[in-house]
Amino acid sequence: MAVKIGVLALQGAVSEHIKALKASGADAQAVKHSSELEDLDGLVLPGGESTTMRRLMDETGLYDSLRLFAENKPIFGTCAGLILMAKKIEGRNGPHLGLLDIDVRRNAFGRQVDSFEATLNIRHVGDNFDGVFIRAPYIKSVGSGVEVLATYDDHIVACRQGRFLTCAFHPELTGDTRLHRYFVGIVEENR
Amino acid sequence: MLAQKGTDVVKRGMAEMQKGGVIMDVVNAEQAKVAEQAGATAVMALERVPSDIRKAGGVARMADPAIVEQVQKAVTVPVMAKARIGHIVEARVLESMKVDYIDESEVLTPADDVYHIDKKAFTVPFVCGCRDLGEAARRIGEGAAMLRTKGEPGTGNIVEAVRHMRLVNSQVRKVVGMSPDEIMVYAKELGAPYDVLLQIKEAGRLPVVNFAAGGVATPSDAALMMELGADGVFVGSGIFKSENPAKFARAIVEATTYYQDYERIAELSKGLGTPMKGIDMSVLQPSERMQDRGI
Repeated sequence: MAVKIGVLALQGAVSEHIKALKASGADAQAVKHSSELEDLDGLVLPGGESTTMRRLMDETGLYDSLRLFAENKPIFGTCAGLILMAKKIEGRNGPHLGLLDIDVRRNAFGRQVDSFEATLNIRHVGDNFDGVFIRAPYIKSVGSGVEVLATYDDHIVACRQGRFLTCAFHPELTGDTRLHRYFVGIVEENR
Repeated sequence: MLAQKGTDVVKRGMAEMQKGGVIMDVVNAEQAKVAEQAGATAVMALERVPSDIRKAGGVARMADPAIVEQVQKAVTVPVMAKARIGHIVEARVLESMKVDYIDESEVLTPADDVYHIDKKAFTVPFVCGCRDLGEAARRIGEGAAMLRTKGEPGTGNIVEAVRHMRLVNSQVRKVVGMSPDEIMVYAKELGAPYDVLLQIKEAGRLPVVNFAAGGVATPSDAALMMELGADGVFVGSGIFKSENPAKFARAIVEATTYYQDYERIAELSKGLGTPMKGIDMSVLQPSERMQDRGI
């Protein structure tokens, strides 16, 4: 049976992730309430605005539910999702969910006029991947248990720590599902 | 590994990241912080909110760059700003300041009563207003990477935004069901670029996100626009003209995400105080209708 993966749907590029997950052989659904996490095998934290998502998490009790979910389920965060997962965020007091042993810088490449597309080679996933960076963060440093999967201009832009996967760019905007398929594989192994 | 900036994917993608969110008008750094803390996905920096522009009369222009700069320093969410329709230089000035999105807006007095800005020539993305699919397709043809309904700004009256959202969506459905020869004639009727309509048919939707704007005054108004298919909401005068802006802003953000949780909307609408007073459309003179500018 196909794995069931949720996409946190408080705000952001939700439908694109659902489409990419379905194209990767998973069942996918939007998640707005804690109760919807119950029968999921994995979760995607999409791109959007991390401050907005965090405020809505606090308002609805999702914050605690997500931390609990993360104790044994895989999570894939893109862009804002990466910031939600990081243990250390430059210029901010404390992390959000604090799942990944990484230190991140927000809007690290500059404002929107500096947003860009670049070709990436991603370890375990494949080469010539269209990396779409939108007001993107990058990872300044990673802890010892974290495997770096991709860099751009000497900055870390994708990594994995066990069941947690993250990237600073937006695979959901490209139609290239290789990274989503890689995550579906992690979810299948974990089930 | 050569990086490409200002591509369609990057410009339109930036708006995709705003989906399900609320973009709030602010006139200073303090308001920008209130908006960000309430959960705004972006702020629109301007000198006066639309209802004050209405009251003041005269020519409304791009905001003082000092205000834009203060707002940029105050928040980490994207900062948008308005340029007058057709005012290439105001737009270039805002681009040079690294504003994240430019609203070529009918809320300001148009600088050009014939032409819009050639937005493809810019690296910064643009959002434009539309009342029907003809306007929407023309703006996309000029390079707009995001759309919004025009509504009737600064009135606190949702009726025009509802009309525009319903019309655009019904026209999109019509195009999707048409054959290419029918689309050519429909393009002529709408004054719309044929190739943009073909893209819409192929994708089954507009190629860019379409937000609601122009008259959102309550959490229920925001939820209504989401129900009608808006990708997100702009709130102009509604928030900082209300009695308790921080509370009001939080309520609008939550109602936009949970637009079908009616008990929640009831709860968060309690004791919000008086929303902005609002203006009935029938009392507006033709010259006061901002939506008729730049079509």
